[in-house]
Amino acid sequence: MSEAVSDKPSAQTRSVRSRIIPLLSRYAPVVCLVLLIVIFTLLTDGRFLKPLNLFNVMRQISIEGLIAVGMTFVILTAGIDLSVGSLVAVAGLTAALIAKGSAASSFSLSESEATGYGWFAAMLGAMAVGVLGGAIQGTAITKLKVPPFVVTLGGLSIFRGMALMISGSGPISGFDDAYRWWGQGRIGPVPVPVIIFLAIAAVAFVVLRYTRYGRQVYAVGGNREAARLAGVNVERVLLSVYVIIGFLAGLAGFVLSARLNSSEAVAGIGYELNVIAAVVIGGTSLFGGVGTIFGTVIGSILIGVLINGLVLMNVNPYVQQITIGLILVAVVAFDQFAKSRRLK
Amino acid sequence: MTEPLLRMEHITKRFPGVLALDDVSLEILPGETHGLLGENGAGKSTLLKILSGAYQPDAGSITLGGQPLQLKTPLDAQKLGIVTIYQEFNLIPTMTVAENMFLGREPGPLGKRMGSFVSWPRMREETEKVLRHLDLDLDPMMPVSDLSVGEQQMVEIARALSRESRIIVMDEPTAALTEREVEGLFRIVTDLKARGLSIIYVTHRLHEVEQICDRVTVLRDGKRVGGGNVGELKIDDFVKMMVGRSSTQLFTRLGGHRTTGPVVMKAQGISRDRDPTNPHATLLKDVSIEVRAGEILGLAGLMGAGRTELARAIFGADPFERGSIEIDGKPLILRSPVDAIRNGIGLVPEDRKQQALFLDLAVRHNLAISSLKDLTWGRWFVSDRAETALVERFRKSLDIRMASADIQIADLSGGNQQKVVLARWLALKPKVLIVDEPTRGIDIAAKAEVHQQLDMMARAGIAIVAISSELPEVMAISDRIVTMREGRVTGSMPGDRATEESLMHLMAIEQNAPRDAMAAAIAGERRI
Repeated sequence: MSEAVSDKPSAQTRSVRSRIIPLLSRYAPVVCLVLLIVIFTLLTDGRFLKPLNLFNVMRQISIEGLIAVGMTFVILTAGIDLSVGSLVAVAGLTAALIAKGSAASSFSLSESEATGYGWFAAMLGAMAVGVLGGAIQGTAITKLKVPPFVVTLGGLSIFRGMALMISGSGPISGFDDAYRWWGQGRIGPVPVPVIIFLAIAAVAFVVLRYTRYGRQVYAVGGNREAARLAGVNVERVLLSVYVIIGFLAGLAGFVLSARLNSSEAVAGIGYELNVIAAVVIGGTSLFGGVGTIFGTVIGSILIGVLINGLVLMNVNPYVQQITIGLILVAVVAFDQFAKSRRLK
Repeated sequence: MTEPLLRMEHITKRFPGVLALDDVSLEILPGETHGLLGENGAGKSTLLKILSGAYQPDAGSITLGGQPLQLKTPLDAQKLGIVTIYQEFNLIPTMTVAENMFLGREPGPLGKRMGSFVSWPRMREETEKVLRHLDLDLDPMMPVSDLSVGEQQMVEIARALSRESRIIVMDEPTAALTEREVEGLFRIVTDLKARGLSIIYVTHRLHEVEQICDRVTVLRDGKRVGGGNVGELKIDDFVKMMVGRSSTQLFTRLGGHRTTGPVVMKAQGISRDRDPTNPHATLLKDVSIEVRAGEILGLAGLMGAGRTELARAIFGADPFERGSIEIDGKPLILRSPVDAIRNGIGLVPEDRKQQALFLDLAVRHNLAISSLKDLTWGRWFVSDRAETALVERFRKSLDIRMASADIQIADLSGGNQQKVVLARWLALKPKVLIVDEPTRGIDIAAKAEVHQQLDMMARAGIAIVAISSELPEVMAISDRIVTMREGRVTGSMPGDRATEESLMHLMAIEQNAPRDAMAAAIAGERRI
């Protein structure tokens, strides 16, 4: 492309370039994803493209993907939530305790001994814990005016500590079939967590794109003062995004425990990194106001593909982490660059 | 006559669409205090920015002590001893007085040889020396944030002195000071003068000019329009020079045949006290205004008069300590803009980009953000069709020129952006619309269009409060003009009888009492 325009007058080059940059920043994640898929397919002799492997990728990303959908709301308002991993653990343990009926029966591995309240109560409990955690953090952010970074860094520590207290005596394992179905089941060939992820993403897409509330999220993130002066209830919008991500972290905690057939206090460690990376790689700006759910889905898949491809190629697992970190910084650097061009 | 210390000759500076300075010359004598006067936008700031190296002139020359200068950066100016003390201080509040004093040139333990290290004892010693010099009783190790505004100002001056300045530029130095602090400042200015330093003193307070300045230069619309020795000129003369006749911005008066209805909005005794966390904020002192249906009330005043603060208080954007606001005779409780909007008050804020626009979002989203409630189906969902209809209606009625409603608002011209903001409020059918500098930064043709829109809104029965720093604009659109000065209402007169001169009197000169001010204004009119 650059060769094609290099022989034209410089003014025109600039205008072409000024059109390409926003275009690139919009479709960069998709282009990257396609490239990665092509590369891994070639390097693994087509093993990567086998349907089984593709569903594997999707199942792997679905739990963090759920949280990434919530994180998109938060980052759109120029906020951040670092506590999601810890909240997943608390929610998973809550679900397990409800499913088992009590802490006492939690060691019984056989289903017949369990006297719990069933998966539905467990799922509701996990979501309720998530909503409560998010509401408390959101209140601290809006009413006490503590920056989101600090509040949720505190939350990261507090919720992890609570998870360790709840599960003092170790993991809670062994759920009934109906419970496990939410993590291990399939509808046709499609794993249930993948369906949950895509369904939630679809709802979130509609909310952000077609509702009054969605408009207000973008407005608050794009220019908080202007939103306030335009009559948007800024505090309520900010509180709500932390409730949403809390709800989704709770749901993710439940699905994770169902998939692993076990809830433990160390579940979800490091989720915040991958989740934030997925959202940012998907084109959502950390400065707020710019981003889409579609981008987040692509960003999540991109990270999943990257990890899966590297595993298939037997690359040292630590390299995965290094690669994700590098991509994250590169994407934000590009975002900054595009922004500085726009302001000129 | 003594040889001038500083000569700025034939300075011209052009910005896109504006000639900010047109062949302006300024001479500063050694040891004089030179007042620089002019309305908002007269070119004072631009001239000072050129002197401080922040802007480059398009034409003209600067000589200091006979030597021609090339000021490429603010650092160049500082090295030559030209120091500017801005209205908003450049101190770092978390650092101590001594650290601020030597920021960027901290003394090392062994003179210049260990330049990377800082000698705290030396820094402290030298700071004490300078403070003593100024008769200031301040602890060099105290963080600047613990100082009063007046003390901070003194630290700025002390810093300027420690740099061996030859010319100190003070931009509105008394704006945030108490009376006692002003006295202290004047003592120091007199003292500096005695030591042979020259001071350029920018102010809106004309009586201060009489007290402290030796000579003045007056700018208007980017041109030097007069000046001379203070003893020979009176405040009236300054006022005449400042307003004059501005040839470029004559607007046709539109108010002619509007009929006004009952009082819609009444603000009484609005007072906003000093906020320790934001000492530079303009205060409001017992401000009362009322506006009628179909009336355009102009609010005139210089920078820091409290017009914007009043607007934001009425809109619920800033809290105020005392006073009440009524709409249609019913008192309002204003906790936030949401309350104001619910009661039919709208505000077009003064800074379009920072306070009104969502630059990343499409035109349609910018326009509809406040009226989404009326555009929904099933309570939650925004109806594309209703939104498009709304945007289309205002595109036609306000003549908003855009390629499509889906492009980012950042891509529209300033005038069209402003029309979108106006449309945002019109869509809500407000009872009262406050417009703060509605034509700032838009071209002359677009200004006239905005004036027409305001006229049409008034004719439709909306009560409009219009704030503008351009007197010809205020005079062209207002049925009635209220002047403010330093947080107080100083006068009120019908728009068709106001003159720039009578308004400037009320805006700039200390009056004994508002009643006298009005009498003076009316008398002033009669003379003309």
